[in-house]
This record gives sequence, C-alpha cells and structure tokens, in this order.
Amino acid sequence: MSTLTLAVELAYWQQTTIRAVVALVAVLIPAGTLVYLFLFKMMSFMQSRLGPMEAGPYGSLQLLAEVGKFLQKEDVLPRKADRVVFKAAPFVVLISTFLLVLVIPGGPDAFFIDVDTGIFLALAVSSISVIGILMAGWASSSKYSLLGALRATGQLIAYELPLVLAVMGVVIQAGTLNMQGIVMAQAEGEIFGFGAIGNPFIITQFLGFVIFLIAVQAELTQPPFDMPVAESEIVTGYLTEYTGMRFLLFFIGEFATAGIFSALAATLFLGGWYVPGLDPTDNLFNVIGPLVLMGKIILVAFLIFWFRFTYPRFREDQLQTLAWKVLIPLSLVNIVVTGVLKVLV
Amino acid sequence: MSEFLRSWLLLVVFGGLAVVLVGVFLGLGALLRPRRETEQKVMNYESGVDPQGDRWSQSNIRYYVFALMFVLFDVEAVFIFPWAARLEAYGMFGLVEMAIFIVILALGLFYAWRKRLLRWI
Repeated sequence: MSTLTLAVELAYWQQTTIRAVVALVAVLIPAGTLVYLFLFKMMSFMQSRLGPMEAGPYGSLQLLAEVGKFLQKEDVLPRKADRVVFKAAPFVVLISTFLLVLVIPGGPDAFFIDVDTGIFLALAVSSISVIGILMAGWASSSKYSLLGALRATGQLIAYELPLVLAVMGVVIQAGTLNMQGIVMAQAEGEIFGFGAIGNPFIITQFLGFVIFLIAVQAELTQPPFDMPVAESEIVTGYLTEYTGMRFLLFFIGEFATAGIFSALAATLFLGGWYVPGLDPTDNLFNVIGPLVLMGKIILVAFLIFWFRFTYPRFREDQLQTLAWKVLIPLSLVNIVVTGVLKVLV
Repeated sequence: MSEFLRSWLLLVVFGGLAVVLVGVFLGLGALLRPRRETEQKVMNYESGVDPQGDRWSQSNIRYYVFALMFVLFDVEAVFIFPWAARLEAYGMFGLVEMAIFIVILALGLFYAWRKRLLRWI
C-alpha cells in the first residue's frame, strides 16, 4: 500500500504525508520539465534561436530565476476588481490541477488513490478549472478579461465532450473505469490474438487518441486553440489584470495541467507505467514505473507542444465548428464501432 | 475509518495541498515585493487609454446555446460510462440498447445542426 517497495506497514497519516510530498513533486517536476524542455528550448530551436543560455548550463536554471523575479513583482489589484473573487481564482485553478494528479498511477502499488471511478473522477475534477477562469475574468471587471473568460468557457465546455467521449472507447476495451485496471488491461491484452507487446490502446483506439489530444490541446487553451488569451485581439484575455505572483500561479497551473493531461493520455493510450516484456505485477515497476511514465509524458507532451508551436490560431467559430460538427460525431462513431467489435470479436 | 473513505479523504488532503502551495507562494511574495500604488496603476487596462464605461459592461454571449447543448450531452455521456465499463456482461443486448441511445443522441445533434444552432450567431 505504501508508495515504495519498503516491506513495512505505514500508518495512515504516514502514507498520506508521503503521498502529499510525492504529489508536490509529481505536479511541479513535470511542469518545470515541460516549460524548460519545450517552451524554452524546443520553441527556440524551431525559431532558429538559442533560447535562455545564461542561468545555469544551457539555461537550465532559468525557471528558478523566473520564479525569483516573479516573487519580487508588485502585486497590483485593479481598484474596480471584486477583490475576494479576484484573489480566490488562482486557488481554484490550482485545486483543479492537484485533484487531477490524484488518479494517475505510477506503479502497481505506487498510486495516490485507487478507486473504481478513476478516469471518471479525473474528467469530473478537470472541469473545476473552468470555474476558476470564469472567476478570474469576471472579477477583473475589465472588458478584455470578461471576453477572454467567456471565450475560455465556451471553448472548454465544447471540448469537454470530445474528451469524455474519446475516453469511452478505452473504457469499453478495458472494461473498467479504474486507472490501474486500464493499465493492466493494456499490459495483459492482445491485439486480435497477437500479444507480444500487450495492447497499448493507441493502436486499437487511434482515432480516440487523436480526438483526445486535440481536446486536451483545447482544454489547455494552447495554440492553435488560444482564443481566450489571444494577445492580438484581447491582450491576454482573463489574465490581463493579473500581475506578478498571481500571474505565475495561473502559468504554473496551465503547465502542470499540461503535464497531468499528458500523463492521463500516456496512461490511457500508451500503457502507463508498463513496458512490454516484463511481468506487470513485478515489484520492479514500483521503482521504474514513475520513470517509464515520465518518459511517456515527455513523448505525449512533445506532440502537444509540436502542434502548439507550428499551427496558427483558429477563429472562434471555426473552433466551435470543429468540436460540434467533426469531433463529437466522430467520437460517437468511435464508441459504436468499438462496442460492436468488443461484442462480436 | 474504512479503506474506501480513507482514499476519498485524500481528495480533501490534495485540495488542501493546493491551497497551501498557493498560500506559500503568495506569502513569500508578500515578504519580498514592494507596494507602491499609484492612481494609474490600479486603473483597468484598456490598451493605454482611460477605461470607458462603468465596471462590468454588457457583451453579447454568443454561445449560450452551446452551453445548453453541453449540459444535455454531458448528462448523456454520464449514462454511457457505466454501460461502457460493463459491456462484456451485457453482450448483444447492451450493444443494441446503446446503439439506439446513441442514434437518438446523434439525431438530437443533427436536429440542432439543421436548426442552424451550431453556427456563429
């Protein structure tokens, strides 16, 4: 039950403390890695520049320098803002992020929570961040913020549906909502009788994977779906009035959520902490599982950020059209086809 | 306390963890940052010109129809989840049942489409 292969029974409060510490690491480390690796370095290389080079070797300490800078920034609250709601908004966004990390398993015994509603819980708590964004935009009492928040809300709810429906194919194949169960189904499954690499659902659910990634991109309000923060139209949308530390908290929330959604995609479609060829119940996976998962997170995040850096921004109506007229019908077809194959084959 | 309740208690703990993290960051900032308010600084930002109008302005929410449809479809999605997890046990019966359900769902979407609710109004 504990997080490591220690053969000792830990009291509940000890387990909880370990889990809380691990959660902090699990939220902040992937977020930092993604920002440095992709936002700082990959984006720069794609634009024929070096990116940060001064702080630490190859600018690897740039993030710490940024946090140090943001800590010293003055905290400006607009006079007309609704102060309580304005201050509460970053809390709500970060709570959503931390509840999301809860369901991700890192090994057969290394998990935060092992409930039968796993993936459903993740999808449920992921929509809390909409409320935080709406609070931020509304409380700023600025026109840009309000427009940005409304755009974000329209976008997040439109892409919530493809996200939920794309997961359904995986649930049908695995026959469970439990995250560990989904990993096990992939480790022990076989593709039409061929079982050498298990059954990572990316192969049998490729359409679901594509829809899931597009929806995740939109949920993160990243380019090409960044109308809510479109700088050429509405400054920075719901973040316009936020400065210093509060702005950084939204930023941390966004990239931590990017990491966690990548982890979700890795767990649902790439086999999570499992590598083919080994026994999935092996104690070894409690140690290397988190590292394997991290590798897969980087892989998925690479795809997400690749699209982020190369695609131009959608128009608001094109975005709604894509969700309602393409992705939702496609994912409904995906559910039916998966169901038919599951029952007949 | 049962194992079941304990694992759900973790949900509360993690929520609290987020609050503590945000609190620590903001608290550290409060120790370090300067505080010099001026009239211009606390004005709302409207691209450099003085803000127009009073507090919250009215704007056209163009996607309230989408919000209504979202509520509809999200509830339907909740119904599909238990079916998806138990499909193996239901077999052919469950498949036909859900096919009818999804066809009706798709008909609803198609109806909204034909009624031109899915376009930019």
